[in-house]
Amino acid sequence: MDVMPKWAEVVLVPLISLVLAFLISALVILGIGENPVNAIRVMVSGALGSAYGWGFTLYYATNFIFTGLAVAVAFHARLFNIGGEGQALIGGLGVAFVCLYIPWPHWSLALLGATAGAAIFGAIWAAIPAWLQAKRGSHIVITTIMFNYIAAALLSYMLTEQIKAPGSDPASAFFPDATNLPTFYDMFSWTGLGFSEFTPANVSFLIALLACLFVWVLIWRTKLGYEIRAFGHSEPAAKYAGISPTKIIMVTMIISGALAGMMAINNVMGEAERLNLNAAEGAGFIGIAVALMGRSHPIGVFMAALLFGFLYQGGAELAFSTSIPSQLIIVIQALVILFTGALDNMVRMPLERIFLTLRRPPKPETKLEAAE
Amino acid sequence: MDFLTLLQVLDSTVRLATPLLLACLAGLFSERAGIFDIGLEGKMLAAAFLSAAIAFVTESAWIGLLAGIGASMVLAGIHGLASITFRGNQLISGVAINFLAAGMTVLVAQSWFSQGGRTPSLMSGGRFEPVTLPFAEALSGVPVLGPIYTELLSGHTVLVYLAFAMVPLTWWILFRTRFGLRLRAVGENPAAVDTAGVSVVGLRFAAVAICGVLCGIAGAYMATALQAGFVKDMTAGRGYIALAALIFAKWRPWYALGATLLFGFLQAIALRPDVIEAVLSFRVQVQLLDALPYILTVVILAGFVGKAVPPRAGGEPYVKER
Repeated sequence: MDVMPKWAEVVLVPLISLVLAFLISALVILGIGENPVNAIRVMVSGALGSAYGWGFTLYYATNFIFTGLAVAVAFHARLFNIGGEGQALIGGLGVAFVCLYIPWPHWSLALLGATAGAAIFGAIWAAIPAWLQAKRGSHIVITTIMFNYIAAALLSYMLTEQIKAPGSDPASAFFPDATNLPTFYDMFSWTGLGFSEFTPANVSFLIALLACLFVWVLIWRTKLGYEIRAFGHSEPAAKYAGISPTKIIMVTMIISGALAGMMAINNVMGEAERLNLNAAEGAGFIGIAVALMGRSHPIGVFMAALLFGFLYQGGAELAFSTSIPSQLIIVIQALVILFTGALDNMVRMPLERIFLTLRRPPKPETKLEAAE
Repeated sequence: MDFLTLLQVLDSTVRLATPLLLACLAGLFSERAGIFDIGLEGKMLAAAFLSAAIAFVTESAWIGLLAGIGASMVLAGIHGLASITFRGNQLISGVAINFLAAGMTVLVAQSWFSQGGRTPSLMSGGRFEPVTLPFAEALSGVPVLGPIYTELLSGHTVLVYLAFAMVPLTWWILFRTRFGLRLRAVGENPAAVDTAGVSVVGLRFAAVAICGVLCGIAGAYMATALQAGFVKDMTAGRGYIALAALIFAKWRPWYALGATLLFGFLQAIALRPDVIEAVLSFRVQVQLLDALPYILTVVILAGFVGKAVPPRAGGEPYVKER
């Protein structure tokens, strides 16, 4: 079984897959008549070259940590939650209700309330497909995709008919000042890191880090996490061990949906400070790439989210200063999903062969030594 | 609702069911051979873009169709490589293909035409024209049957008739030919097929290729017959709805026709709020109408499918015994 050492499996395979994905992305940039080296330069300077860029990179990374963890938790039970986008949209609705209709005295309390609201709304949106999968046998992949479309329609209805603010855009009113979260500008002005007043990265980045810790504890340090993993490895074995499939599917998807929904405290409450259409901006889908690249481990998800935060901000800079549309990020995301999630054996098989040939020669010697 | 309105709704049902039907049959071939394919959406989208782009340049819908099939086949090849050759996760491969198509189409469209990620509108030569069936004019005066013939059956593009002809053809290939028997066997028990000395990999690639061709026709139909040109994300979840129809049809060709006609009908009435209002006698929210096909997909999958048993080896990569 273990042909390769663990470090190669955990670091080398994803890294080579990633390099392949980026090489092909570079070819795509060449193909549409742009210069990939120049593109990388624009992306790096735009995303990492200044405190301004870092503010955006970390803001996007916060979104992707939440959605990446959501997909990762579901992956552990071998459930494929493609509904992160819809869950994040509905989570935004939860945040909007909490912030608009409850008079909060201080942002810290509002943050707790909004986190709960986002998590509950996201969880409900994931619980319906979960129930349909567990009880009615509907395929969770198809139902979660359908729920993305339904969420978009529901949000559009709410924002044009129910909680629309006066004015032309389909958006809610701005949330009261007491609910506005401190941004990195407010938090780090004393350090001289130079975050500007318009930095979107905010205190929810810390909540995202806590969420990483929570997922690690949940999956590897609790009985429930053990049951989730057991169910993911083998459903019949888990059933035989007395684990209820219905319970695991429901609980896993509720946690997954809650995590995806919690993204809304970053983008809706922390950044936009009101709810608008397309609030999730595809972050729910990027969560799939993030979870695959991070191999469903919170540390991996965190690092992959940083990478995608960089790509997203860099891609926005690219669209701004060159003629490369921001859809480039979707292509890169697709290639990362393809190479790390579906073509991983293409990288693994040759690597295994290399490790086998490297390992073979010393073996007879050790045997001889043992015989002596 | 009068008779003519009903005919109009049914007429658009046929138009809207056509891409669903083609995609559904595409998925049928693939899944019967044991390869899950949620990348139908992406293949259709890529085909829609390339067919519109090439049809615009060459002013020939037929060359556009070939280009669309080509684009779809490339993605099908990637899916085959990932899920057959390298035994990767078929769901993840399909998702990757959908995103790849969503991103690449806009990227390339912007690079070629600079119109915000769409192709220019197609003129008459670049589109498939409606075909008037023989005697359509002469028979239009016949009560009931006349309008049905002229309004409903006649006047569609050749791809619509091709799609409907694919249903008996698919049935015949799958259930009356040796290839079809082997294809179904490879989706149920690949080891048995392998033991009989038939290539599992070859059969599965053949199924994936057929899937690519059909998705290509579906996409080309969207861009060069149903509409006049490509716009961003124009398939709007049809690939997923086709999959839902496939499950609803329990992986059988004639049931697939029924299921896709049902989903086509839902899309057709969603486009006619006036008809819905007339029938229900109250105003229905436009967002509810937009979401209706998706909601009903969920409802149908949850409530009416009964026990849908997918091909037994579906989604499982085949590892040859050594």
